[in-house]
Amino acid sequence: MDIGRIDQIIDKHGCKASSLIQILINIQSENHWLPKEVLERVSERLAVPMNQIQHITTFYKSFSLVPKGRHEVHVCMGTACHVRGAQRVLDTVEELTGIKPGETDVDLKFSLETVNCIGCCALGPVMVVDGEYHGNLAAGQLEDVLKNYE
Amino acid sequence: MPKINSSAEFAALRKEVLSSRDPNRPCIAVCTGSGCLALGAANLVTALKDEIQAQGLESRIEVRETGCPGFCERGPLIVVYPDETCYLKVQPADAKEVIASVLEKTVIDRLLYVDPVTGERVVHEMDIPFYQNQLRLLIGNNIKLDPTSIEDYLAIGGYAALEKALCQMKPEQVVGLVKESGLRGRGGGGFPSGNKWEFTRNAPDPVKYVVVNADEGDPGAFMDRALLEGSPHAVLEGLIIGAYAIGAHEGFLYVRQEYPLAVENITLAIKTAEEYGFLGKNILGSGFDFIVEVAQGAGAFVCGEETALIRSLEGKAGEPKPRPPFPAVRGLWDKPTNINNVETWANIPLIINKGPAAFASVGTAGSKGTKIFSLVGKVKNTGLVEVPMGITLRDIVYKIGGGIPGDKRFKAVQTGGPAGGCMPESLLDMEVDFDQLTKAGSMMGSGGMIVLDEETCMVDFARFFLAFLADESCGKCVPCREGIQQMLTILTDITQGKGKKGDLDLLLQLTEVSGASLCALGKGAPNPVMSTLKHFRDEYEAHIEGKCPAFTCKELFSFYIEPEKCQACTNCGRKCPAGAIEGGKNLIHVVDQAKCTKCGACLEACPPRFGAVTRIPGKAVPAPLPEDARTIVRGNK
Amino acid sequence: MSELVLQIDGREVTAQEGATILEAAESVGISIPTLCHHHKLEPYGGCRVCSVEVEANGRTVVVAACTYPAEKNVVVRTKTEKLDRIRKALVEMMMAHAPDSEKLVELAEEYGADKDRFKRNQSFCIHCGLCVRYCNEVKKKNALGFIDRGAKKRICFIPEIAAKECWQCKECFPLCPTSALQAAFVLNEAITTPSSAEHSCSCGHGAGK
Repeated sequence: MDIGRIDQIIDKHGCKASSLIQILINIQSENHWLPKEVLERVSERLAVPMNQIQHITTFYKSFSLVPKGRHEVHVCMGTACHVRGAQRVLDTVEELTGIKPGETDVDLKFSLETVNCIGCCALGPVMVVDGEYHGNLAAGQLEDVLKNYE
Repeated sequence: MPKINSSAEFAALRKEVLSSRDPNRPCIAVCTGSGCLALGAANLVTALKDEIQAQGLESRIEVRETGCPGFCERGPLIVVYPDETCYLKVQPADAKEVIASVLEKTVIDRLLYVDPVTGERVVHEMDIPFYQNQLRLLIGNNIKLDPTSIEDYLAIGGYAALEKALCQMKPEQVVGLVKESGLRGRGGGGFPSGNKWEFTRNAPDPVKYVVVNADEGDPGAFMDRALLEGSPHAVLEGLIIGAYAIGAHEGFLYVRQEYPLAVENITLAIKTAEEYGFLGKNILGSGFDFIVEVAQGAGAFVCGEETALIRSLEGKAGEPKPRPPFPAVRGLWDKPTNINNVETWANIPLIINKGPAAFASVGTAGSKGTKIFSLVGKVKNTGLVEVPMGITLRDIVYKIGGGIPGDKRFKAVQTGGPAGGCMPESLLDMEVDFDQLTKAGSMMGSGGMIVLDEETCMVDFARFFLAFLADESCGKCVPCREGIQQMLTILTDITQGKGKKGDLDLLLQLTEVSGASLCALGKGAPNPVMSTLKHFRDEYEAHIEGKCPAFTCKELFSFYIEPEKCQACTNCGRKCPAGAIEGGKNLIHVVDQAKCTKCGACLEACPPRFGAVTRIPGKAVPAPLPEDARTIVRGNK
Repeated sequence: MSELVLQIDGREVTAQEGATILEAAESVGISIPTLCHHHKLEPYGGCRVCSVEVEANGRTVVVAACTYPAEKNVVVRTKTEKLDRIRKALVEMMMAHAPDSEKLVELAEEYGADKDRFKRNQSFCIHCGLCVRYCNEVKKKNALGFIDRGAKKRICFIPEIAAKECWQCKECFPLCPTSALQAAFVLNEAITTPSSAEHSCSCGHGAGK
C-alpha cells in the first residue's frame, strides 16, 4: 500500500489520535492487512506510540498483521449456530482447508475466521465466504461449497 | 431540499409529503434486512423491478426495499400494500406471478402462511400468529418504510416528536417525560433512562456528549441491527431529542463492524437529516445545535460495556475503566457522557409523541413498554419479536415461536447474552421483565433469547459461553482473565470425560472471586455456570460419571448399531468418513469404536424404517456379535 | 479541595476529596495488600488483591481500593472472611503463572494460598502492567506494551525502541514482581540481534514469525 494513499486516509479522518481505530479499519478494509510500514506511518502522523498501536491491532479482532488469503471464510459460532451444530461445520472446514481459525493457507487461497454471530440465526449454521452467505449447512455440503472458490 | 427552519415549515413539509402519496397505489414491500438478503432478497427485488419495467408499470406499482419485520424464518418475505397481503419464502421466479396478482387484485395461495394446526391459509400480515401475539410499536414500522427515504419516515409521522420537544418544550420537561415514562435501558443494565439523562444534564461541565451504543455483541441477538437498518431515522430522532434534553451538542453512534448495512443506512440518514435541518445548526429554528458522527467497532465484545466503548471511541484499546466516576460525570474525553442502547433511543420518539402515560400503560409495575427479543435456536419461528413486558416465556416460545421443531422436547430458554442464564421448563410461565429475569438467575441483557431442546447439552452450553468470554475478556484484571480461564478449564475437562468429583464445588467457589472483577463482563461470567448448575446439576453429574445424556460431548457417548434391526443396507458404511463401520452384503454392521469420530453421518444415513443406528450415553456399548454370527438369514416370507 | 469523612474498619477516617480508599486507609496506618499499585503511577485496578467491601445505601459491593474514590459516609471493610477467600483465590490464580514470585509467596503465606491449586501455566507474567505503565508514564519511552487480550494478553517490547533505550535504563526490572519482564527483555534481545545471542531456545519466536 503506497504512502500517499495512507496519508489520504489519515487526512480524511482529520489526522487525530482519537481516529486511530477508524483509520486502521479503513486501511484494513482496503488492504486486507496491516503491514508494519503502514503502522509506522500511522504512528508517526498521529503521534501515537507504536506500543499503543501494537496493543490496538492485536486487541481488536478485525485487524490482521499478516496477509489474508484470496477468500475469507467466516464460520459463525454464535449461540444459535452453536446449538445447531456450528462446531461440526467448523471442524469440517478446518479439515478441508487444513487451517485453523486465524490462519491462512500457504497458497494464500483461504483465510479462516470464526465470528460471534452475524445475526442470520434463522439460517444457522451459517458460513460467509467473501460476503456470500451459505446457510443451513450440513457438514457434508461444505466440500461442494468451498470447491467454487479458486 | 430546502432546510426546514421552523415549526410552520415542518408542518408544511409533512403536508406536502402526505399529499404526494396515494395510499391506494399498490406497493410491494420487500424485506432487505441482513437476514433476507442472506436468503437472496436482492435477486427478488431485481426480478420484481425487471418485471415491472418489462410491463411498463413503473407508475402503477412501487417496489419498496424495507428493513426487517422480524419473521426471518420465512424469508425472503414481502408485504403487498394496500391490502397488506403477506407472502413468505418468495423466490425471484415468483416475481411475474406476484406482479400479476397485484394487477388482478388476487391472492397467491401457495405463498401464504399456512397455520400448522388448522391448515388454514393466512392472507394478512397481522393475522399470522407469529405477528398476532406481538405488540410491534418499534419494529412494526420497518416494513412500512424504505430506510433510505426520509420522506417515508416523515409520512408515518417521523420527526414530529423532535419538533414537539425542541419547539414546544424545555429540556428539563423532556427529561421529566422520560423519567415519568419509566423507560429502562434496553442494553442490559435496565437502569432508568430518565435518571441517567438527568445525571448527565446536571453534571457541571458545559461540554457533554450523547452516544448510541450499537455494539450489539451478544451472540444470537440482532434486534439493534434491525432497528438501525430498518428505522435509522427513529434512532436518530431519539438521539437528537436526548441531546437537547441533556444539553449535548455532539453525539456518536458506535456501530459493530459486522453490521455494514446498518452503518450505511445510518450514515445516509444522518446526511439527509442534516439536509433537512433536523441536525446541524439551529435545528428547526429552535436555536439548538447538534451534530452526529458514526464510529465503527473493530471486533471486541467488551466494547459494549460503556466505559470500554468510551475508550474505543477515544481511539484506544477497549479496556473498561473503574466506575465511579460514572460516564455521566466523566466520560468521553473526561466530559459528561450519556450512553444508551439503540432500542432505548428508538423508544424516545414514542414517549414524546404518545405521552409517558401511554408508554407506561404497557408492561409490568417495574418494566414499562415493549421489548424486542431475538428468538433463535431450537424454535420453529426464528426471528425478531417485539412483545409487551410481562408476557410469559411460554407465550413467546409457543404462541409466537411456534414451539420446538421436529417433535423434540423443550429443555430451556437462555437470555441475557453470554453472562446470562437459563430458565428450565418449570419457569416457562414466568412473566418476562427486568426484575423477574434477574430473580430467576438470568437477566434481560440486550434481548437475545435462545431456545434449547433435549439435544442441547447444558454443560457444553455453559462451556461455550465461558469460551466466548475467555476470548472476549480484555485481560486487564485477574479475576476475569484468570477466573474465566480456570472455570473454562474445569468445564472443558468435564465435557471431555476428565471431570472429577470435587469439580462442581470448585466451580462454585470460583464464582465468588468473579465478583471482584473490574467490569460487568467479569462479574457476570459465572452466571452461565451457576444457572445451569442450579437447574441441570444432574447433567453435570452424568458427565462426571462419563455420560453425556444429550449426545453432544464426543468423548461421552457412542454410536451403536442394534444387531436385530440392521438390515445390511450398507448406507451407513458408505457414508462413514472414518471407515469405522465393518460390514458388507448380508452382514450385520458393527461400529469400530476405536475408529469412530462421532460425526453422526451413520445416524443420518440409516433409513428411519430400520432405525438401527443409535446413540448410547457413555463409552460402554454391548460387545459386537462374533464375526461368524453376523450373517443375516432372510426368511422366505 | 474539601475533606470528607468515611469509616474504614470501624474507624472514622478523614480524607481529601479525590483520594482513593487505599490512600485514605494508608493515611491512618491501615494496610491493604497491593500488587499492581505504584505511587508514581496512575491507579490501575488490575490485580484486585486490594479488594475491599464498601457499604453504601444498604448495598455492599466488592471494589478495588486502589481505584475506588473515598466517598462521604461510606463504610469500608478491608478484612472479612469473604475478602480473605477472594484474595486467596487471586493469589492462587497468579501463582499458577509465577509460583516462586517472592511477593506472591509472601501473600500466599498470609492468606493460606495453595500454589498448586490451579493447573500450572508458567508464563510468569501476572499482567500487573507495572513495567508498561512505568515506561509510558514515568520514563515516557513507550518501549514496551501489551498485546492481544484475555488469556492471550502478554507484554512485548518494541524492538526498535528497546534496542535504543533499554540498556541504559532498566528501571522497570526491579518493579516486576515475577521474573517475566527480564525474560521478555532477553527474548527481545535475542530476536533483534540473533547472531550475538546464539539464540537456541525452543520457544519458536526466533524463526520466521
